Amino acid sequence: MTVTVDPGPVATQTPTRDAVEVVRRARRGPVRHRRRLVGGLALVVAAAFAARVLLGDYTVTIPDFLRILGGEQIPGATYIVMESKLPRAVLAVLAGLAFGVGGAIFQTTLRNPLASPDIVGVSLGASAAAVSAIALAGWTGWPVSAAAVAGALGVALVVRLVAGDHGGFRLVLAGIGMAAAMQSVIQYVFTRVDEYDVQLVLRWLTGSVNGVAWSSIGLFATALVVLLPATAWAARSLEVTELGDDAASGLGVGRGRTDLLMFLAVLLVAVAVAAAGPIAFVAFLSGPIARALNQGRTTLLASGLVGAAIVLVGDYAGAYAFADLNLPVGIVTGAFGAPFLLWLLARGPLNGHRGRRAA
Amino acid sequence: MAVLAHTRPETSNPLGGGPRSRSALPVSVAITIAALAGAGVLSLVVGATWVPLAAIWDSSHPLHPVVEARLERTVLGFAVGGALGLAGALMQGLTRNPLADPGILGVNAGATFAMVVGMTSFGLTAMSQFLPMAFVGAALAALLVHAIASFGRDGATPMKLAITGAALSAGLASWTTGLLLADRKTMETFRFWQVGTIGGRGFDVLLTGLPFLVVGALLALAGARLLNTLALGEDLARGLGRRTTRDRLVIGLAIVLLAGTATALAGPIAFVGLVVPHVVRGLAGPDYARVLPLSMAAGAVLVVVADTVGRIVLPPSEVQVGIMAAVVGVPVFIALIRRTGRAL
Amino acid sequence: MTATAPLDTEPAARLEASALTLGYTDTAVVSDLDLRVPHGKVTVIVGANACGKSTLLRGLARLLKPRSGSVLLDGEAIHRLPTKQVARSLGLLPQNPIAPEGVTVADLVGRGRHPHHGAFGRWTTEDEQAVAEALTLTDTLALADRVVDELSGGQRQRVWIAMALAQGTDLLLLDEPTTYLDVAHQVEMLDLLADLNARRGTTIVMVLHDLNLSARYADHLVALRTGRIVAEGTPREVVTEEVVRTVFGLDNRVIDDPVSHTPLVVPVGRRQRLAPQEIR
Repeated sequence: MTVTVDPGPVATQTPTRDAVEVVRRARRGPVRHRRRLVGGLALVVAAAFAARVLLGDYTVTIPDFLRILGGEQIPGATYIVMESKLPRAVLAVLAGLAFGVGGAIFQTTLRNPLASPDIVGVSLGASAAAVSAIALAGWTGWPVSAAAVAGALGVALVVRLVAGDHGGFRLVLAGIGMAAAMQSVIQYVFTRVDEYDVQLVLRWLTGSVNGVAWSSIGLFATALVVLLPATAWAARSLEVTELGDDAASGLGVGRGRTDLLMFLAVLLVAVAVAAAGPIAFVAFLSGPIARALNQGRTTLLASGLVGAAIVLVGDYAGAYAFADLNLPVGIVTGAFGAPFLLWLLARGPLNGHRGRRAA
Repeated sequence: MAVLAHTRPETSNPLGGGPRSRSALPVSVAITIAALAGAGVLSLVVGATWVPLAAIWDSSHPLHPVVEARLERTVLGFAVGGALGLAGALMQGLTRNPLADPGILGVNAGATFAMVVGMTSFGLTAMSQFLPMAFVGAALAALLVHAIASFGRDGATPMKLAITGAALSAGLASWTTGLLLADRKTMETFRFWQVGTIGGRGFDVLLTGLPFLVVGALLALAGARLLNTLALGEDLARGLGRRTTRDRLVIGLAIVLLAGTATALAGPIAFVGLVVPHVVRGLAGPDYARVLPLSMAAGAVLVVVADTVGRIVLPPSEVQVGIMAAVVGVPVFIALIRRTGRAL
Repeated sequence: MTATAPLDTEPAARLEASALTLGYTDTAVVSDLDLRVPHGKVTVIVGANACGKSTLLRGLARLLKPRSGSVLLDGEAIHRLPTKQVARSLGLLPQNPIAPEGVTVADLVGRGRHPHHGAFGRWTTEDEQAVAEALTLTDTLALADRVVDELSGGQRQRVWIAMALAQGTDLLLLDEPTTYLDVAHQVEMLDLLADLNARRGTTIVMVLHDLNLSARYADHLVALRTGRIVAEGTPREVVTEEVVRTVFGLDNRVIDDPVSHTPLVVPVGRRQRLAPQEIR
């Protein structure tokens, strides 16, 4: 921390109009930076989306693409675009958004970057519930999403109860335990599955945007249309929650508000998992990356866009970067996300918020 | 650094004594033997077909073949369980971390990954070929986790070790799956193995691994004194004249041999190494001369019992040991977190 | 033993505790306490460590639910009121506030306006003016675009007070605002609060550990011991040798502060009691 010498008392009654101007200008700086960041990220996501849909092993020109969207049947291209590339890309964006926003909310509200839904078992809980519903009970469609939500909420509740009011370390450790438990459940379901479907396994253990029907994507998108605006509204209290429990209470944000926000975050993650599986590390990495780009300040929108970018790029890499192999995005993010997490752990104290105390 | 929850000096013996004094030793030995025998008999008798006791020693009994088939998995269960219990106790003593376990700290994941590399990239097929790979993988993973978690002012706290272990396990799991996707045939056999199971292995597999288990166990039991001293703190241990680095390497080698072999034989089974030492310490005190052999026995009993229960809990199918261990282990893990919360 | 100012000459009290019992686990830290916070004055709560003064403040600030009894704001039980409504009347400077990374002073102080934003509230010129005024009053206007993390301890404390000020409340509660500050900054901070009270009429309630500074700045002093009020009243009434001995367990003399003419406590330690020839 840089130590500054106090400039000494200034005349305490400067004209209010100048003061207001100073305040206005001071507030504008971070807002402008954030707007530029969001704009830049939106461009990145758009570019990645275009690359995913139009490029790869089968190139589609833009005019052709527009024609396909219009309903025209171009032999070969229409199938590939409409049945493979486009759904994957759309799902990637949506899932990335949901994981990014959900993860950032968790990390900010719990004041711990390690307390991300994919690390504390919430994503895996959703996945375990969903895969059980599908493989053991034969459910499809929205009941599966409902099961995922139930699983996610169940894990979140257990973790929260175990952590009590101590939060922090206890919460993360309890989450790790629950994550391991959920993995066991998922693995158990696999051994019960008669027809061995590799894609099924990969989807529910690590996450994949491949092979998802448009109906599921539509369901997911509908959920997001409801959840994202609600989250944006509820998250206005986040800037106050960041200041600590006492300060937040003093400013009128009680436990209830925080719980509501966390509930929405769990829902976001759960519906994303129901559609694309528990894509590893996206929720964990999006918030910190967005914050690093935003001079350390939390921003949900940028976190969502970073998440979308990660999933798009990860899916692209998984599809083409490894000759002949079609790796699901979860393997890619897991394989590269884990070393990144390890590097972060080695680099600095990642346990607990780095907020300053009065000392 | 966390101090083990039970290293509270009592009376004259600084490592625990009191009601669990020498006169209780024959009693605990008797209990241990009874538990092992009981678990073994249960494992032979219980299952989809319940076998009468007579069938065990009467080789002409029609159900005797069933007993023979179950004998394999029972013996393997004892071996693997004992190894894991012992490895867990060693890890907890070595890192002074109440949450240490080969599964949580990434050792199992390392062994698994190395074995899959062997299977897919080098075309290894025999257990004797897997074992060295498993050791290398386990050792590298343990070193990596410890090295990374040691960064920073407060060193390798239990919290950081657990997070690092989880991160490494996740990463290695991704890499492992990636490799398997390139080799579908291996994937098919792998999906059952990776759950952690002791059924369907065969005696020869066990025999290949047995020497390593024995060596590991001997090294471990010899290290009991070191662990007792370490529990007092690193500086004190050095002050008392032990060559701590060399001793730690020996213990580390024991852990790798035990956990690596167990994983190679039965697949990754987590939580046994976590739960068993705590229970043992709770009952027998913190003296590692006792904790180690008792952990070995308790681990053996736990795995065999878990396997037996897994055979009958959801008929007609079988729930693998790895899953049963998780079912028991996770609630205990959570209870431990609650209890040792402050110390973390 | 109890020195109380006669209640009928006290100004109206907006915030009061009535038969209040507070505790974190099974033991009660504050027991059956009655306190009326005089409106428009500076009230300071003092006492030895673990006497319950922080707990009392937290109870008054709605951070802690009463075991029995109640805290009343304008006659209503504070816990039944919605948090946001309370936040419009009661400002709080918590003991260990967390400054999020990368946040500027103007941004942080602006967050104090949160209670005034309704369900869909937007940032208005009124908010801007409140922030500007708060920054001016705390003399932090020049720091408006600086990052809070990078400020010195004294500057940061002033920024937090500015945030509480921007909240625009009539009452301000502060939990040990001078801990971690060096002496010069402590006095500066207390002068600022006294200014606030004089200029804006803000009712201030704070917990201080320094008895002499408390005597200097308080209009109303409350001395606590093991969760009960031992003495309450003006500094001159409360800071007597007997009270100090009871509350702090300290042998002492009380003289007149030559600068502010408030009571000044002079501790008598063990060595001072020995005759000069006996001290080696």
